[in-house]
Amino acid sequence: MKPKTPENHFVLSSSPHAHANSSVRRIMLDVIIALLPTTLMGIWFFGLPALWTVLVCVSSCVLTELACRLAMKRENTVGDLSAVLTGLLLALNLPAGIPLWMAIVGSIFAIAIAKQVFGGLGMNPFNPALAARAFMLISFTGPMTTWLRPISRCCCCDATDVTTMATPLATMKRMFGVDATTSATPHFPKAMENLPSLWDMLIGNMPGCIGEVSALALAIGCAYLLWRKVITWHIPASFIATVFVYSLIAGGAPAYAQVLTGGVMLGACFMATDYATSPITAKGKLVFGVGCGLVCMLIRQFGGYPEGCSFAILIMNAVCPLINRWTQPKPFGAK
Amino acid sequence: MKTVKSPFKFKGGVHPDYNKELARDMPIERLPLPGELVISMSQHLGAPAKCIVKAGDEVKRGQVIGEKNGFISVLVRASADGKVKAVEKRLGPAGSSADAVILETVPPEDNNPAPILPPLDWKTATREELLKRVEEAGICGMGGAGFPTSVKLNPPPGKRCEYLVLNGAECEPYLTADFRVMLERADRIRVGVEIMRKILGMCAVRIAIEDNKPEAITAMEKAFADIEGNVEIVRLPVLYPQGSEKHQIYATVGRIVPEPPALPIDVGCVVENVGTVAAIADAVEKGEPLLERVTTVSGDAVATPKNILAPSGTKYSDLVAFCGGEKEHPAKIISGGTMMGFAVSSLDIATTKTTSGLLLLSSRKVFQYGSQACINCGRCLRACPMNLNPAEISKAVEADDIKTAENAHVMTCIECGACSFGCPAYRTITQFCRRAKASIRARMAAERAAAAAAKAAEDAKKEAK
Ligand code: SF4
Ligand code: SF4
Repeated sequence: MKPKTPENHFVLSSSPHAHANSSVRRIMLDVIIALLPTTLMGIWFFGLPALWTVLVCVSSCVLTELACRLAMKRENTVGDLSAVLTGLLLALNLPAGIPLWMAIVGSIFAIAIAKQVFGGLGMNPFNPALAARAFMLISFTGPMTTWLRPISRCCCCDATDVTTMATPLATMKRMFGVDATTSATPHFPKAMENLPSLWDMLIGNMPGCIGEVSALALAIGCAYLLWRKVITWHIPASFIATVFVYSLIAGGAPAYAQVLTGGVMLGACFMATDYATSPITAKGKLVFGVGCGLVCMLIRQFGGYPEGCSFAILIMNAVCPLINRWTQPKPFGAK
Repeated sequence: MKTVKSPFKFKGGVHPDYNKELARDMPIERLPLPGELVISMSQHLGAPAKCIVKAGDEVKRGQVIGEKNGFISVLVRASADGKVKAVEKRLGPAGSSADAVILETVPPEDNNPAPILPPLDWKTATREELLKRVEEAGICGMGGAGFPTSVKLNPPPGKRCEYLVLNGAECEPYLTADFRVMLERADRIRVGVEIMRKILGMCAVRIAIEDNKPEAITAMEKAFADIEGNVEIVRLPVLYPQGSEKHQIYATVGRIVPEPPALPIDVGCVVENVGTVAAIADAVEKGEPLLERVTTVSGDAVATPKNILAPSGTKYSDLVAFCGGEKEHPAKIISGGTMMGFAVSSLDIATTKTTSGLLLLSSRKVFQYGSQACINCGRCLRACPMNLNPAEISKAVEADDIKTAENAHVMTCIECGACSFGCPAYRTITQFCRRAKASIRARMAAERAAAAAAKAAEDAKKEAK
């Protein structure tokens, strides 16, 4: 940012007089770049409906942001790209077949209710995209839980004409019922057969939300964010590790499947790391990540929904101020 | 004597663009005596000196023109022969005005003038004589706040200096004055250290230099090769604010200075800037008070960046003229470095004993901080060398909630600017910290005054009975 200086006039300001040249816009842009691989994989597997959902969500979020700022007579903040990011994240958290008008309603909710009502970027207590998703899940339960079958991209895949199917999570939820010691019961191997192969889980060849299916693409994006120092490792690592360890202990579906299916990868790397709604200290981030993982798995095992990732993050968003209070840094030299 | 790598790394810190290449290879040049000097009575934080000359007086170089005024105060001497044109309020670099002596200089009659103070042999002089010399030479810390050196060298009873830490980190961007002093005046620094050790008792010595100054490390190694006692040159990683007193002590000795009001001496350390140490040597051996210093004049808007030895009271415009003038119109003028220096409004302001640098920056190098909302990214926390929560402090101060800022230890803030430097929302975090500190200090002073008044009233009542 450059100040305007009239000739023969010197800028007076308090130190420091240097800046790292970072900006909010650049950070948002980095997150958008990091989301591109998974966005592209989602479009690859779910086709045009996915592309339309992304475009509709992004544009309605931007328009809503613009309208809100105009209505509130505040400066226009579309340039910081945060609305673009919210739109993209929301789209990635929706099933590809969602009617577009519902996506528009969700986008308006995300920006107007979940973000601008609280004062805009940085002030919102809940992750806007997740708040909108939760709102949509309650309002449009049917369409929000109808999953498109990934388009068969190879000749050897079976060509059934079913277009929708259950996500692996629904299968895995039933597997919790199987006690680990008696996993030799005939149901268990059958359930395992219903799960996608490890490779399919990695590339995203399974039903799910547009942006959550390809674990590999998400991991690449996450690595980019870590390299750009946009996020730190604390939340993704503690979140994923907790899910992994929990499922090892609780039994049921294999732990890797718990991590690679559903919203854990997307949630841990991109949703739980949202600045405004996660703790600010490293210690706080670890507590937050563990909390997210724990609540997510509790919902998956005992809750009414097969997936608990977004609710887990929203619940942890709510306790974030508390975590912040408990984990204040200790000043250098303080007793 | 040996050279070691710093075994302790503090948390936080940032890497600003150092831009030291602009002036680092420019040898120290002496400025021809300017026609007019503006010598401020306020040479440092603390009480300004009391002016004892008036318009029309003739003064000699080295003559005392400002007397000490309180404990944390340093006397001021004329830095050239001349005639006092006026004594008037002038704006200082820090933005506050103070009495200043406007001196119309006359060239010295004699190129080899007699020493101003009688030279001393430090080997035979007593501790008291040496300490007195440091005081009457008007020496104060030349790196930052300008704390009176004689006060530092005379620890209160019960406190002992175990480590003398020489600050050669010079972590501020652009500045190379200390670097040049270490290269060109290494022998003076060595003598200064011997004198300080005599005053402080045979303490261990740590010479702290950042890794980006290998020539200075070599020069120091040579100068100190045969020194006796526990002396180490400590190579520090390049990291801002490595030159902060507390971080320097941690990096060299591994001790942590407790929160204010604790001072380095509370953990047995005295930190002094290398330029100050050289000044002590001159004051003792040559009887030369602190009348001039090396100032780096740099920045992308100055024609030829230089390291200039100039009498204190030299106007910035004279320094810039000596550097060949402006290359382009500067958008910002900074007294000091870019991280902690002061932006000034004109080149009429004059140097003091603490002016380490003068920077002229073009508009391309000027950033505008503002009051955008905090996005809670945590960069300021990770950057803060005092491990504070600058985001919380800045938000509290913004909402006029000084109490919360105080509970968040804002008084521990060293105003280094690392938090603002990395803030993607360009928030004026450091300024918020300053505002909170000033308001807390004012409140404390008011409380003290109220307590004193209450006590006086009490006493009066007793008396009446
Ligand atoms: S200015 Fe204060 S709050 Fe900011 S980084 Fe430096 S010590 Fe921390
Ligand atoms: S660096 Fe700036 S935006 Fe980030 S947490 Fe600190 S104050 Fe907020």
